[in-house]
Amino acid sequence: MARNGHAADKGEVAANVPFVFQHYSRDELLDVLYKMYVIRRFEEGAENSYMRGLIHGTMHLSIGQEAVATGAIMTLQENDQIMSNHRGHGHCVAFGADVNRMFAEFFGKVTGYCKGRGGSMHIADFKSGNLGANGIVGGGIPIAVGAAFAVKSKKEEKVVLCFFGDGANNEGAFHEAVNMAALWKLPIVFLCENNGYGLSVSVARASSVPNISDRAKGYGIPGVTVDGNCVSDVAEAVSEAVERARSGEGPSIVECKTYRHRGHSKSDRNRYRTKEEIDDWIKNRDPIDRFEMELKQHGFGSDEVFEELRQRASATIDGAIEFAKNSESPSIADVSQYVYTEQAQ
Amino acid sequence: MTQEARELSYAIAIREAMGLAMEADPTVFLMGEDVGVYGGAFQVSGDLIDRFGPERVIETPIAELGGAGLCVGAAMNGMKPIFEIQFSDFATLALDQIVNQAAKARFMLGGEVSVPLVVRMPAGSGTGAAAQHSQSLEAWFAHVPGLKVVQPSTPYEAKGMLLAALEDPDPVMVFEHKLLYKMVGEVPEGYYTVPLDKAKVVREGKDLTIVASSIMVHKALEAAEKLTEEGLDIEVIDLRIARPMDKQTIIESVKKTSRLMCVHEAVKTLGIGAEISAMICESEAFDYLDAPIVRLGGTENPIPYNPELEKASVPQVPGIIEAARDLAKGVR
Ligand SMILES: Cc1ncc(C[n+]2csc(CCOP(=O)(O)OP(=O)(O)O)c2C)c(N)n1
Repeated sequence: MARNGHAADKGEVAANVPFVFQHYSRDELLDVLYKMYVIRRFEEGAENSYMRGLIHGTMHLSIGQEAVATGAIMTLQENDQIMSNHRGHGHCVAFGADVNRMFAEFFGKVTGYCKGRGGSMHIADFKSGNLGANGIVGGGIPIAVGAAFAVKSKKEEKVVLCFFGDGANNEGAFHEAVNMAALWKLPIVFLCENNGYGLSVSVARASSVPNISDRAKGYGIPGVTVDGNCVSDVAEAVSEAVERARSGEGPSIVECKTYRHRGHSKSDRNRYRTKEEIDDWIKNRDPIDRFEMELKQHGFGSDEVFEELRQRASATIDGAIEFAKNSESPSIADVSQYVYTEQAQ
Repeated sequence: MTQEARELSYAIAIREAMGLAMEADPTVFLMGEDVGVYGGAFQVSGDLIDRFGPERVIETPIAELGGAGLCVGAAMNGMKPIFEIQFSDFATLALDQIVNQAAKARFMLGGEVSVPLVVRMPAGSGTGAAAQHSQSLEAWFAHVPGLKVVQPSTPYEAKGMLLAALEDPDPVMVFEHKLLYKMVGEVPEGYYTVPLDKAKVVREGKDLTIVASSIMVHKALEAAEKLTEEGLDIEVIDLRIARPMDKQTIIESVKKTSRLMCVHEAVKTLGIGAEISAMICESEAFDYLDAPIVRLGGTENPIPYNPELEKASVPQVPGIIEAARDLAKGVR
């Protein structure tokens, strides 16, 4: 297993059987695969809607990173919370968001998660524990630490799972926040979704350490790096970090190495990476292909089963786009609504 | 030097200015996120990396505070940094270095040091990028003594003001409107500067004065053009510089027209229009006013994602026309 750090010290029971196949049922794992399909279809639907001029603005697609969102979130319990970032559609879907409301937000409609005010970069659902995406790189990290602080103060059992990119780890906000979380042993897991680049700048050209998890040493907390395109590796590392956080031992950094297939936002000219590199990740290291293969190997699925799930995911997304198109736009008269809390008279 | 004019886009005019400055002065460098092979988030730096190499066109990690501070330190020590902040909204992450350090160093140290720093930033709404990528924060910075704040409205201004900013020994904040990057206009070849203390009368008129900034200059001009059909003769002033403000040009205009309207994209309350209005009330032009001063600015909300709401959040041509029509009729 491609990982290092503390997790490897714990003698594994059945070394050949990946973690998720030991701890999750067939139905649970097929649901994870289904969510991966939904994420991919969601992103393709978003991209297509943009190309056809149905939506404006910016968006960051997570095609190729589906195993991180699903593998990490499958380890959470009912009341746990997530903090997302600008590349957050996958986190939302994996966390159980309603894709109708997500697409409606994309289309700027009142039925959207932010009633059309936020768009792709700001989808949140506090009621369900999704603390939201963020347009400011690193902006969500201290807020996630604040959520974990609230959990601890209120003596709750929750854990906060905080997603951030490799680029975000170079912001001051990251360092200040991780230090406090470690200092006060807050129940949070810092999950670095390392897709190799922060916009056009590779990790090697932006970070002073080879692995983002190496930063953990500076804060006296565990740090591991895993293959972010392997659902099981992600789930195993995150579940260990979540357990540690829940038991009051404090935060960890889990770095998941993955790759974004598409350009940074909408599309870009990819001048900062080679076609060979992109093709290799798409053809040989696709997280969905890989999980399908593993499911088959363990007798948990077949091409027919997968095809049925794919069809279902496509239908769900088609339905969501229709829902979004048919929803109402906000009224211009309400342009300054929600700036302040409307006090009950 | 012969200065033949050609048509260039606003983005390329800025790139040309940076190239000229780097050619002329080895202490000038460009630093920012994705300014290298990517060519900048808005393709402003473009091929500068090929021309000047990674030692002078420097990509930073995503670290606005650190990058700004590094540039402040380099500026205090003989370099002339151009710091590109990918969106002006992210200047908020660098505020300590800009507001507490760069703006004050010279004063606090009794004039012993200067900070010849230029910060360039895409600003404004209109791209569907929502509340954290669409703000107009120039008034924040214009409130800080020690900073200069400029808002070029055309390719000509963009190049000439940037070169002037680089000659200036003090920190200059340049707000570039995103929707102007593709605007094409006449730009002289070679080196020239546009002084950082003069507003510009871009359309002469006698019935009322509109002082506008950045992209609003174009909207004001369009409104003025339409209103000629109704017999109104409107003067439009491009403010160009929020600090130090060119009071005289505005005062002279108001003395001539007796009616004043300010238009900016930034939120109206406590905006630059308020300063202009107060300045006129304190000046000899006050006695010439025939009607209350009118301000148009952004509505009192963050920029929404929905495109219709986004448009409704900043002044548009029909609103300017209507307000100008009323102002022309208004009495004191
Ligand atoms: C404070 C701030 N700086 C810069 C940006 C512009 N920006 C948006 S996403 C991004 C790259 C982020 O890289 P990373 O954290 O690795 O996430 P990824 O996009 O790779 O998912 C940049 C530079 C921003 N939104 N906020």
